[in-house]
Amino acid sequence: MNRFRNVLMCIALAAVLCVTFMPVALFAQATKIVIDGSTTVGPIAKAFAEYYMSKNAGVNITVSESGSGNGAKSLINGTCDIATMSRFMKDEEFKAAVDKGVFPVATVVSVDGIAVIVHPSCPVQGLSVDQVRDIYTGKITNWKDVGGPNVAIVIISRDTNSGTYESFESLVLNKQKISDKAEYVGSNGAVRERVQSTPAAIGYVGLGFVDKTVKALKVNNIMPDEATVTSGSYPIARPLFMFTNGYPKMGSTLYSFLNLYLTPKGQEIVKAIGFVPITKY
Amino acid sequence: MQDQLVISKGARRFKRLGALFGSTLLVALASSSVIALLFIFYFIMRDALPFFRLEGVREFLTSTHWYPSRDPAEFGALSIFVGSALVTLGASIVAVPLGILAALCLSDILPFAVRQVAKPIIEMLAAIPSVVYGFFALVVLAPLIQARGGTLLAAGAWMVLAPLFLVSTTVASDIVSSRFPQRLRTPVRIATLAVLGGLGIGALLALTGVLNRLVVSSGTNALNVSVVLGIMALPTIVSVSEDALNSVGRELREGSYALGATRAETLLKVVVPAARSGILAAVILGVMRAIGETMVVWMASGNAARIPSPWFNLLQPVRTLTATIAGDMGEADQVTGSARYHVLFAMALCLLAFAFIMNLVSEYVVRRSRKMRG
Repeated sequence: MNRFRNVLMCIALAAVLCVTFMPVALFAQATKIVIDGSTTVGPIAKAFAEYYMSKNAGVNITVSESGSGNGAKSLINGTCDIATMSRFMKDEEFKAAVDKGVFPVATVVSVDGIAVIVHPSCPVQGLSVDQVRDIYTGKITNWKDVGGPNVAIVIISRDTNSGTYESFESLVLNKQKISDKAEYVGSNGAVRERVQSTPAAIGYVGLGFVDKTVKALKVNNIMPDEATVTSGSYPIARPLFMFTNGYPKMGSTLYSFLNLYLTPKGQEIVKAIGFVPITKY
Repeated sequence: MQDQLVISKGARRFKRLGALFGSTLLVALASSSVIALLFIFYFIMRDALPFFRLEGVREFLTSTHWYPSRDPAEFGALSIFVGSALVTLGASIVAVPLGILAALCLSDILPFAVRQVAKPIIEMLAAIPSVVYGFFALVVLAPLIQARGGTLLAAGAWMVLAPLFLVSTTVASDIVSSRFPQRLRTPVRIATLAVLGGLGIGALLALTGVLNRLVVSSGTNALNVSVVLGIMALPTIVSVSEDALNSVGRELREGSYALGATRAETLLKVVVPAARSGILAAVILGVMRAIGETMVVWMASGNAARIPSPWFNLLQPVRTLTATIAGDMGEADQVTGSARYHVLFAMALCLLAFAFIMNLVSEYVVRRSRKMRG
């Protein structure tokens, strides 16, 4: 009788142990997705990862932002599953990848459209890309040179560490130096705040941050909105990529994560960060 | 002889061991802060030195071209050093006179009951988080300075200069009239008062006219930050120097009054000199608070890496060391370990070295003034 009880106890203990350690064992086999690359696309990847992990227990996603070039390098070396890039892969990167047996496939997850904004009282309606560049490089310093009142232009820029700055630099500045008079602020919201309280200011923000308190300028005569940005007619816009090694197997975790941008929730996330979704539902 | 006081040898040994253990523990605890400081120094040095190896010192200290994200990058931090210095100078101009005068007022002029209420209120300023100050500077002060900066400056000039002129004209007329024989004194006093007062008011009005015409293009500038940093440094300066003034003691003050000194003479010639080292410590603490503040300058100084022209023009945006470190520190650079990452540590090293030198100087001054007093 006593022995029987002991055996029963042992079985019970084993059962309890099994139940407690099962999740740990499962967790050890958890699917892991490693993402590396652009600081511009990084926020999207991070928000997607956060959402995806909250919906799917047992998936572990790490996101680092070391720049588009480093993302490509990581993908080629096989140290990441997704390389986030704010530009397309260069020829030599493609070649290096194929040489290593990696076949990069691009997925455009959203479009980065940057609106040039001014104070609502500013009479200027639009500028050309060249004029915007001349303002930011310090060649044009007064609003009267672009059809406005005779006041000095206050240049507001994002900090050089941000993806928005990086986009603006590559799409507008064209390798020229930004003026040393430019004031730097730490977020898209802060740019808007400075511009709405400064009549002589000019700034730039992700399209999602434009609201009634500021005026978005036409650039090359095209008003920035979701339609013109996704159609490509608005000039200060670029697609944001996620590169994978081959197209992920349908039904895999990587596949469903990569296609998060197609879901309504994914579009909501993209919009909340200030980018423009590719699709509309 | 001593043995008679001790109960037994064992107890004595136990006691000695206990004392040894206690003192070792205390030494270890006390030295932990020193060790922490050494570690901070070591780690900042370790990440700062690669920058000087990669880019050299010359460009860092002499150039004003700050383009860390360009290719090729430029790391001229001179304008950033100037920005930090300018903001700190501005904050000291706001906080030091105001703080010391407020401390004098609290310790020697206000009645005790008022002081008991006023001091905690001033110290409350220290409890407000710096991001709140930053938000205030960005959302309230910046548009205000933009819209009516000149008027504000003129009002400030009146507030500071009018009492100053009043006191100095009274004192001057007193001195001048005392040189004259008795019966001429009253007319001479009135005449000097009228002349000096007229001159003072004229000068103030002229200044107001000039200031009113000023156009401030951007509200996030060195002036905005200086004022806010000055307010932030104020509680430190007031509190510490008020303590110093209080510790001078009643005897010295009463001795001074007994010798026939007036209250002003007692304050200026007895109390303040006696509390000098404490006031100096208060000023240095306040200045360190201003130079080390990050959030406010990052939000409201404009962050343009450019030396204002002329250099004392506080109405132009500046970029400070602390804001640069906070704003440029991204995860991105840590991975690659580039010069762009290490330059921030080089700046941190400069800040740390400056704080260290300031502390040494204050220590030296305090010690010397103590020696002089004997």
